[in-house]
Amino acid sequence: MNDWPLLGVAVVVVGFALKRNPALAVVVAGVVSALAAGMSVGDLLALLGTSFVSNRALLLMALTLPVIGLLERHGLRERARDGITALRGLTLTRFLAGYLGLRQLLSMLGLTNVAGHAQTVRPLVAPMSEAAAERDAGALDDGERAQVRALAAATDNVGLFFGEDVFVALGAVLLIQGFYAQHGIELQPLAIALWALPTALAAFAIHVLRIARFERRLRRRHAADARRAHDGVADGGSADADA
Amino acid sequence: MLTLEAFHALLGAFLLFAAARDLGARRRATAAFWAILAAAFLGGGAIQAGVAHGVRWPAQAMGVGVLALGALASRARSRGGDSTAAPVAARMSGLRLFGPALAIPLVTLVLALAAPWLRWHGAPLLDTRQPALVALGLACVAAFVAALRATHATPAAGLREGHRLLDALGWAVLLPMLLATLGSVFAATGVGDSIARLVAVLIPVESRLACLAAFALGMVLFTVVMGNAFAAFPVIMAGIGLPLLVLRHGAHPAVLGSIGMLTGYCGTLLTPMAANFNIVPAVLLELPDPYGVIRAQWPTALALLAVNLLLMAALVFR
Repeated sequence: MNDWPLLGVAVVVVGFALKRNPALAVVVAGVVSALAAGMSVGDLLALLGTSFVSNRALLLMALTLPVIGLLERHGLRERARDGITALRGLTLTRFLAGYLGLRQLLSMLGLTNVAGHAQTVRPLVAPMSEAAAERDAGALDDGERAQVRALAAATDNVGLFFGEDVFVALGAVLLIQGFYAQHGIELQPLAIALWALPTALAAFAIHVLRIARFERRLRRRHAADARRAHDGVADGGSADADA
Repeated sequence: MLTLEAFHALLGAFLLFAAARDLGARRRATAAFWAILAAAFLGGGAIQAGVAHGVRWPAQAMGVGVLALGALASRARSRGGDSTAAPVAARMSGLRLFGPALAIPLVTLVLALAAPWLRWHGAPLLDTRQPALVALGLACVAAFVAALRATHATPAAGLREGHRLLDALGWAVLLPMLLATLGSVFAATGVGDSIARLVAVLIPVESRLACLAAFALGMVLFTVVMGNAFAAFPVIMAGIGLPLLVLRHGAHPAVLGSIGMLTGYCGTLLTPMAANFNIVPAVLLELPDPYGVIRAQWPTALALLAVNLLLMAALVFR
């Protein structure tokens, strides 16, 4: 048996490692695998074309773009920002846990593009997380600020990944259903989606616990720093008096 | 009966609109990119029908198109700055804007759930094979109309805003389709079989727990390598999941597929290959460490991997 088609996997690895365009690396990998398998050019082109069009439902989300684009142009994001800023008394943990839950729910409804690193994390979630942490723990140094921002981005990823698989009409569930259908096993999308729920709940619990631990440590460290600074100020004061 | 083909045609028309506007703005590579993609949507049904009747040249022409898309992808680059165009001056009430935005998921959900009962003279109104996708298409059209009414914009203005976002997404919008295509190529060329044979040499295939562990770790490792669980899924499924777990040990296909995919997502949280989730935000948030986001999320990923392994061991063999 011919194992050379595995070269296609190597092409993808090298392509990503060399930071080439992912779309190009993927296409080249397909060509390499097919040629390594001894496929004729005619068969290769037919295979590429047929597989590509039979997976075209994956792009159907693009039909949402005119709606989202129009609403964003009329200030959808600004209105959302005002709404969230008005909510006071949120600790870092409560705020990020709320965002995580919301992101998971939105993904479960198929609204994966409503939030994201560019749309919500940079303008909204990251600065609000920093503000919440600073209010409760005190001024952050650059390293801590970066940690809080990274945690906000990680929270968005966890919420997206572990909610999306529950929605019946997009991406993951259709890929799973399509794979089994190709191999003669017919499954309902809902039957697949329901089994993603236990992991979705575990993702929420685990990540919220980690955020809470991060905030607790941050506060403890700052409380200790504040005590030390307070003692330092007292020493400095006596030194001034001596001088 | 309303089938998915109608919405493929609609999306094809939108892509042609985008191509025409990019051509007008002298962005030739981007225009060609969207035009080729439009062909896949406008001619997709005909291509599949041709293959079914033994006519291969339309599929081969599309294959040339796929190669061209790969070549054009790096030039039709995403122009991120445009995605954050300033809102128009008039301040609108939040409720009127949130309504159409929420209409997409809510209408999709209601139509998808109601599809079996939506009948006219005994014939189903929505394609019963893919009711959820047809529902999504209908919901997008309904939400677009609602958004036009709420903002008093013209349909052309709405399409222009859609095109602005499409150009901002650029080649990234295509990656899921290309990765699914690569999965088909890997399946047709026996990559899955090769991996399955390697695994069969490495693990005791008569032990279902050993097969399950190999399946889960294979999903994670392959996702780390490919940067995308969608790419890993067909390979690991064809190599280990289907032959060893489903066919040999009688694993529950829905449970295995669903939790198996989520196991792959644990790998996505760990890899710089998933650049748009792990590297781009580090740039966006001006983190000093390019792997800062991965550092913030790897403990969550490993804990979830353990949870998934336990869930599969408990639920898959019933």
